[in-house]
Amino acid sequence: MDLATFWFIVLGVLWTGYFVLEGFDFGVGILLPVLGRKNGVVGAAAGDAEKRRRVLLNTIGPVWDGNEVWVLTAGGATFAAFPHWYATLFSGFYLPLLLILVALILRNLGFEYRHKRGGDEWKSRWDLAIFWGSLVPAFLWGVALTNIVRGVPIDAEMEYTGNLFTLLGPVPLLGGLTFVALFVTHGAIFVALKTDGPIRSDSRRIAERMGLVTVVLAVALLLLLGIGDGTAASWATTVVAAVALLGALQANRAGREGWAFLGTAVTIAMAVATYFLMLFPNVMPSSTNPAWSLTIDNASSSEYTLKVMTVVALIFTPLVLLYQAWTYWIFRKRLTVAHIPEDVQPGRPDQPLQRVG
Amino acid sequence: MDATDLARWQFAITTVYHFLFVPITIGMSAIVAFFHMQWVRTHRPEWLRLAKFFGKLFTINFALGLVTGIVQEFQFGMNWSDYSRFVGDIFGAPLAIEALLAFFLESTFLGLWIFGWGRIPEKLHAATMWIVHVGTLLSAYFILAANSFMQNPVGYRYNPETGRAELTDFVALLTNKVQLITFPHVILAAYMVGGAVIMGVALHLMRREALAAEGIDPAERLRSNDASLYRKATRIGAVVTLVAGLGVAATGDIQGKIMTEVQPMKMAAAEGLYESVPEGEGAPFSVLTLGTLDGEHANPIIEIPGLLSFLATGDFNGQVEGIRDLKREYAKTYGETGNPLVADPATNYVPNIPTTYWTFRLMIGVGMAAAGIAVAVLWLTRKGRTPTHRWLFWAAVAAPLLPVFGNSFGWIFTEVGRQPWLVFGLMTTASGVSPGVSIGEVMTSMVGFTLLYGALAVVEIKLFLHYVRRGADAFEQPQEPSERDEDAPLVFAY
Repeated sequence: MDLATFWFIVLGVLWTGYFVLEGFDFGVGILLPVLGRKNGVVGAAAGDAEKRRRVLLNTIGPVWDGNEVWVLTAGGATFAAFPHWYATLFSGFYLPLLLILVALILRNLGFEYRHKRGGDEWKSRWDLAIFWGSLVPAFLWGVALTNIVRGVPIDAEMEYTGNLFTLLGPVPLLGGLTFVALFVTHGAIFVALKTDGPIRSDSRRIAERMGLVTVVLAVALLLLLGIGDGTAASWATTVVAAVALLGALQANRAGREGWAFLGTAVTIAMAVATYFLMLFPNVMPSSTNPAWSLTIDNASSSEYTLKVMTVVALIFTPLVLLYQAWTYWIFRKRLTVAHIPEDVQPGRPDQPLQRVG
Repeated sequence: MDATDLARWQFAITTVYHFLFVPITIGMSAIVAFFHMQWVRTHRPEWLRLAKFFGKLFTINFALGLVTGIVQEFQFGMNWSDYSRFVGDIFGAPLAIEALLAFFLESTFLGLWIFGWGRIPEKLHAATMWIVHVGTLLSAYFILAANSFMQNPVGYRYNPETGRAELTDFVALLTNKVQLITFPHVILAAYMVGGAVIMGVALHLMRREALAAEGIDPAERLRSNDASLYRKATRIGAVVTLVAGLGVAATGDIQGKIMTEVQPMKMAAAEGLYESVPEGEGAPFSVLTLGTLDGEHANPIIEIPGLLSFLATGDFNGQVEGIRDLKREYAKTYGETGNPLVADPATNYVPNIPTTYWTFRLMIGVGMAAAGIAVAVLWLTRKGRTPTHRWLFWAAVAAPLLPVFGNSFGWIFTEVGRQPWLVFGLMTTASGVSPGVSIGEVMTSMVGFTLLYGALAVVEIKLFLHYVRRGADAFEQPQEPSERDEDAPLVFAY
């Protein structure tokens, strides 16, 4: 296997890391208005909506930022290993990427700023930012990746020649919906894994329902994609993805959230693998003329750069995995509303100057 | 305005904005880590209060630096796709390595620091902020290595077969002589900013507390409220600002000489030096020069004889080339390279002279002003003094802003002064822009980012000032995780 192919696989791994990790915090963000309702989903004891929301946000509080770095690394690695892929993709999908950036900016500030002031208005505005900032990227990444697999108009100069609407075909839109459904299921299972009490049971119910929606959408999507671009290997990963998802739902029903979470994580990994296997050996097929497709070979960096990158990646990726895993271990405890301290900022005015004496 | 101008404006807006927060992050992370470390070492409540107070201000700032940084990672490909194709082989590697080595470290360990109260042992907890700081340094190193390549391309060859520049020596890329001096210059400038933010905030609060304590017996005054707490932070901030400021000046001096060597046009434009000054005559340092934009005619008004020769070459009589001669030299050197990206005969090799000239002066001026405030503050707070002069309020406001804008001016200078090059001598800015992105699209994103960033600046500043006014929280004895009840409310939660 040559180094360019190795880096194609590395990118698959980076996107997998991104979607497995950020996937659940997208899910938590999308579920914030639902699971954060006053009485929960099943009308449990009249809870405090604000505290429920804070439980949800605290399940991802220490980790969402590290999760997001996976996409920055994927972007940087694409730039370094496949400059043409990076150039064609990022300039071609200009407006969707712009929307993703704006959404991520608002969402991340929502996490960091929401709790820093009191007042319902302040909090509910950031709640909206977190909701839309999670939903929009989840959807658009699905649309974008599905478009890449299916091929988009690219000319002989490797330039994307379509526009925004070229990217909004029915199958890519289905891809977007599937990503959202999958991440909501994954996020609900994550919340069930990380909390206790009414929120936990509510999340499991949501995971159950959303899981079925996901199964339907994913099967339709992968069939539609596979008929055109499927290979024996991609069908195999499709089957594993489906089995893992069904297994996850079964485990969720049985109250085994750890296994359920592993199941949806495997589903996501296998979905990414399926996409990459269908792409191979292209990285961005041209729908205008197959001869103009960007391939692993014609889009990659020089042998020397790939070697340097390989050495760096082999040394530092295990280290990153180690300390990220350790963070999850530190914050492994399940949270309940009882763990949420009183709001230190209940909208009180600034303290007046204290005159002592 | 064409697509290249728009793309340049967008890059300038998003990057200058991003870099308002970057030096604060680099500088403050070190000082907050220091406060936290002092708490663990001495267990004196004041250190913990300072660590928590400035830590909160730090996270407010970090959040905006982080989110605007995502845009940076994407916009090379979005707006500069031909540039990305041409240098991706070289430029992509430090960016990817920055994400892998630095971003993961910063974000993961900042998460640990923010949520770690009562959940991880105190020594480890204090270490997490130092690790965040190391992450910021690594990040700066790799991104500056990428930028230094644009100023002075090394460790590459132009491959005519693939039509792009390709990496041949990674170590040379990381030890570019421009990089080796730019890195300390930028980091010291960031420490200056971090110190000045601490100094400004603490100075204001010290004065507020001291005024509130007026009428109290002076002997009792310092013990009755937090004036002494903030006085301590003020002095620490001032020392950092001053020492880092001296370092910025020293490294800037060396950088000027290297710049004269690798990018003589930038130095000539920075100085408004239109005519070459031969060896033995000594080029004057211009305090005020008005000249034509094409670099042909100058009208120097105030000058310091010989100083420019000294700054550029280390010798008061050294030779310094002027814009007019350099313009012809550049045209001769680069017009005939055969590289299709630089051979356009219409290329104007002179950067925008007023911008280069004035940002260079403003950078130095505001930096000196900030160092001057630090000196004044150290003098006024000497030997236990707690000054409350009215003008100190304005000094507290200006102190953080001056070096922050000094950083901006420095970057505007170094990037505008590099024009018309994107990669010096190798690729012009006009040939790097994305050919497939329409003016409408760039307009959309530029207006969108500008409005969004403007709104976020208002939110950020309001939040920052809100926390400044609140001041440091009262001391609470922290508990080690082993002593805590597992079911008790968290010490820190969103």
